[in-house]
Amino acid sequence: MSKTWMHKGAAACALFFWAVSAWAESQIRHYQLNLQTPQTLLGGKIYDLHTIITVICFVIFVGVFAFMFYAVFKHRKSVGHKAAQFHENTAVEVAWTLIPFVILIAMAVPATGTLIAMRDTSEPDLTIKVTGYQWKWGYDYLKGEGEGISFYSTLSTPRAQIDGTDIAGRKANPHYLLETDNHVVVPAGKKVRVLLTAADVIHAWYVPALAVKQDAVPGFIRDTWFKAEKPGIYRGQCAELCGRNHGFMPIVVEVMEPAQYTAWVAQQQKKMAASKVDPNKTWTLEDLKAHGEKIYAQNCLACHQATGMGVPGAFPALAGSKMVLGPKADQIKLLLAGKPGTAMASYKQLSDVDLAGVITYTRNAWSNKTGEAVAPAEIKAARN
Amino acid sequence: MDAAHAPTHGHAHDDDHGHKPSGIMRWVKSTNHKDIGTMYLWFSFTMFLVGGVMALTIRSELFQPGLQIVQPDFFNSMTTYHGLIMVFGAIMPAFVGFANWLIPMQIGAPDMAFPRMNNLSFWLLPPAALLLIAAQFMPGGGAGVGWTMYAPLSTQAGPAMDLTIFAVHILGISSIMGSINIITTILNMRAPGMTLMKMPLFCWTWLITAYLLVAVMPVLAGAVTMTLTDRHFGTHFFNAAGGGDPVLYQHIFWFFGHPEVYIIAIPAFGVVSQVIPAFSRKPLFGYASMVYATASIAILSFMVWAHHMYTAGMPVEAQLYFMYATTLIAVPTGVKVFNWVATMWKGSMTFETPMLFAIGFLFLFTLGGFTGLVLSIVPVDVQLHDTYYVVAHFHYVMVAGALFSAFAGIYFWLPKWTGRMYDETLGKWHFWLSLVFFNVTFFVQHFLGLAGMPRRIPDYAVQFTEFNMISSIGAWGFGLSQLLFLYIVIKCIRSGEKAPDKPWEGADSLEWTHLPTPAPWHSFEKPPVLK
Repeated sequence: MSKTWMHKGAAACALFFWAVSAWAESQIRHYQLNLQTPQTLLGGKIYDLHTIITVICFVIFVGVFAFMFYAVFKHRKSVGHKAAQFHENTAVEVAWTLIPFVILIAMAVPATGTLIAMRDTSEPDLTIKVTGYQWKWGYDYLKGEGEGISFYSTLSTPRAQIDGTDIAGRKANPHYLLETDNHVVVPAGKKVRVLLTAADVIHAWYVPALAVKQDAVPGFIRDTWFKAEKPGIYRGQCAELCGRNHGFMPIVVEVMEPAQYTAWVAQQQKKMAASKVDPNKTWTLEDLKAHGEKIYAQNCLACHQATGMGVPGAFPALAGSKMVLGPKADQIKLLLAGKPGTAMASYKQLSDVDLAGVITYTRNAWSNKTGEAVAPAEIKAARN
Repeated sequence: MDAAHAPTHGHAHDDDHGHKPSGIMRWVKSTNHKDIGTMYLWFSFTMFLVGGVMALTIRSELFQPGLQIVQPDFFNSMTTYHGLIMVFGAIMPAFVGFANWLIPMQIGAPDMAFPRMNNLSFWLLPPAALLLIAAQFMPGGGAGVGWTMYAPLSTQAGPAMDLTIFAVHILGISSIMGSINIITTILNMRAPGMTLMKMPLFCWTWLITAYLLVAVMPVLAGAVTMTLTDRHFGTHFFNAAGGGDPVLYQHIFWFFGHPEVYIIAIPAFGVVSQVIPAFSRKPLFGYASMVYATASIAILSFMVWAHHMYTAGMPVEAQLYFMYATTLIAVPTGVKVFNWVATMWKGSMTFETPMLFAIGFLFLFTLGGFTGLVLSIVPVDVQLHDTYYVVAHFHYVMVAGALFSAFAGIYFWLPKWTGRMYDETLGKWHFWLSLVFFNVTFFVQHFLGLAGMPRRIPDYAVQFTEFNMISSIGAWGFGLSQLLFLYIVIKCIRSGEKAPDKPWEGADSLEWTHLPTPAPWHSFEKPPVLK
C-alpha cells in the first residue's frame, strides 16, 4: 500500500469514526447506553460498582495503549527509528505483576460488601414463590400480606404483532414482548423474598431495574430478594434459554403504594372467592367446551395451534389425534402427568374444572366430534 | 528422544521420500505434517464459512423486531450450531493446523511423533462436522439447546441431540490424539541444543494447550455421555426427580468450558508472540515471564469454572471464592499484554498485514479481557449474565482475539508455506474491513446487554431495535469481508510473487533461518545445528 493510499485510508477511517461519534453524541440521550436506572438501593450499589470498575478498566486501557500507540507512531522503521535490543527487566516485571494485583484487591473490597448484602434474604415482608414453566411464569404469594394469592402470567402481546401481520400494532406498542396478562404486584418499600423453582427446564427470573436475576431450577428452590423504593412498573424477561418460546415469557412487576397494595390484595381475594366453582354445579357439554376454549388459548395454543393441527415434526396435531379420540382416561392421565422427554408438561396445576373443560374442548373441536363431556369429578377421581 | 525420533525418521525416509502419492490419495493417506496442517486449515476455513452463514441467519432475523425470516426453533438451532461449529470446527482446528505446520519446523524435527495418528485425528473431523450438519435435518430440526447444551433442555430435545453428542465425542477423540502427538513431538523430538526454554513461544503455548486438552476433553465427553444415558438409558444424573441435579451438568460442562476458553486463546497468544517481535525487529521483552504467565493462566483456568454460573445458585462463600480466583487471571494476562507492548516499545516497526492483525488482536483482545474483569464481579455479573454484554465480551475474545491472531499467523507464514507472497494491499484491506465491521457488529452489543437484552432470543423489545440493526449490518460486512480473505489466499497460491527464504526481516525461528521457501516436503531429516 503506497504512502498516499495509507493517508487516504487513515483519513477515511478518521472521518468514519468522527461521523460515528458525532452521531452517537446526538443519540446519547435517546438511547439506553448503560444499565437501567436502578429502583432499589442495592441496585444503586451495583450500578455504582459497575461504574467504578468500568472506569478503572478504561483508565488502565487508555494508559497501556497510549504507550502502544506512541510506539506505533514514533518507533516505526519508516521514520527511521532503529530497534533497541533490550529485553528482560526484573524490576519492571515485578512491578507490572504486583500493581495489577493491588488494583484487583481494591476492586474486590466493594464487590465483596455488595455481594454479601445481595445474598441476605433474611426477614422478608413478603415471600413469593415463582415457578418457571415452558413458557410462562406462575406466582404464589406464600407469606405476608396477600398470602394465598396465586396466578399465572403469560405474554399478552398479540400473536399478529409478533408474526408480522400487524406491524403497525407492533410499532405503536411501547411494551412489545414486555407485557403480561397478570402483573406481579408488590408493595413499595417492603422487602420481597422471591423463591424460585421450575416445572420443566431451567429458566431465569430477570428484572434489570430491580437488579434481580436468579435461575429457576427444576426440583430445587433458589432465592433472591428486592425492595423497590417507589411505585412503578418494571419489566424483564426470562434470561436462561428454555426452548422454543424462551424469548416470549416476560416478567412485569408492578410496585404499588402499600395502601393501594392492600386494596389490590382484597380485590384478588374477592376474585378468587368468586371464581371458586360451586362443587355441586352440573356442567353441560357446551359450558365445558366454552370454558375449555379459553383454557386452551392460554395453555395449549402456542404448540398445538388454534387449528389443532400442531406443528409437523415438533408438536403433534390434536385434530384427528388417536389420543384425543381414544379413551377419556388416557387423555386425563396424559394431562396430569405430562409426557416425559417431550415438551408436553404436566398440567396438574390447573383446576379440575379447567382440565375437564380443556379436555372436553379438544374432544369436540375442529374435526373431533366425540360428543363426550369430561366432568370435573372425573379429573378429581383421576388425581387420586 | 531416540525412541520416538529414530523410527519416524526412518519411516519418512523409506516410505515417503520422493514418491508421495498423487491426487486425492495424497491427502487421504497423508502422514506428512505439512499436508495434514494444510487440510486442518482448509477444513477450519470451510467450517468458518458454515458457522458464518449461521451467524448471518441469526443477525438477519435480529435486524428488526418481530419474526421475519426464521421461526424460534430454527433460530435456537442456529445459535447452538453456530457456537459448536465455530469453537470445535473453525477455531480449534485452525490452531491445530498451525501446530502441525510449525512445531516440527520450529523445533528442528522431521515430522510429528505419530504421523499415522495425525492422519486419523484429522480425518475424524469431517464425519463429526457431517453429524453436526445432519442434525439440522432430523425430525424436529437441530437441537436448540445452546452450545452449552444445558440439561434438562438437552434431555428434552429431539434426535438431533444424539447426533450432536456423538459429534462432540468424535471431536474430543480427535483433539486428544492431536494433543498427545503435540506433547510427544515437543518433548521428544527437539533438535540437539533446542532446550525447552529456547523454543519459540508458539511451541510453548501449544505444549501448555495440549495438556489442557488432554485434561478437559474427557470431562466434556463425560458430561455429554451422561446426557445421552439420561435421554435413553434411564439414568437421572440431571433429573431431580431421580435424585440428580441439573446444575451438576453445568459444573461438569464448565470444568471443561473454562479451560476451553484458554485452549482457544493460548495458541493465539503464541502466534502473536511470534509476529510482534518479528515486525518490531526486537526480541520478545520477557520470554521467561511469558512462559510462566501462560502456564499460570492454564493452571488458574481449572479453578474458576463456576464464574459462568453465578446465577445458577451456590453459597455466597463459593461466589466469593470464584470471584477472587477469576480476577486473579487478570494478573498473568496483564503480564502478557505489558510484554507485547514492551516488545514494540523502541522497536523499528513496520506494519505489514500480519502485524496489523497482531496489533488489532492486542487492542481488542485486551478490551475483551477488561469486560471479562467487569463480568467476574458477582453483583455486576448478576445484571449482565446471559445478556448481550456477555455475547459482546466473548466475541471480542474469540473473534478479535483468536480469529485475528489466526489471520495474523496465516499472512505471516503463507509465504513460507506456499513459496509465494500474498497481495499486501488486499491484505491491508482485509484487515481494515474486518476491524471496522467487527466493532460495528459487536461494540453496540455491550449497550444492548447493559440495557437488559437477554441473549438467545429470536425477537426483542422495540427499544433494542437500533443497536440490533447496526450490529446486523456490521455482521454482513464482516462476513463478506472474509470472502476477500479467501480470494487473497487463492491468489497467493496461484499467482503470488515468489517469496524469498526470509521475507520478514525480524523473523528468527528455525523455519525462517534454516529452511528454504517454500518449506520442503520433509524439513529436517538431519537435525539442524544450533548455536
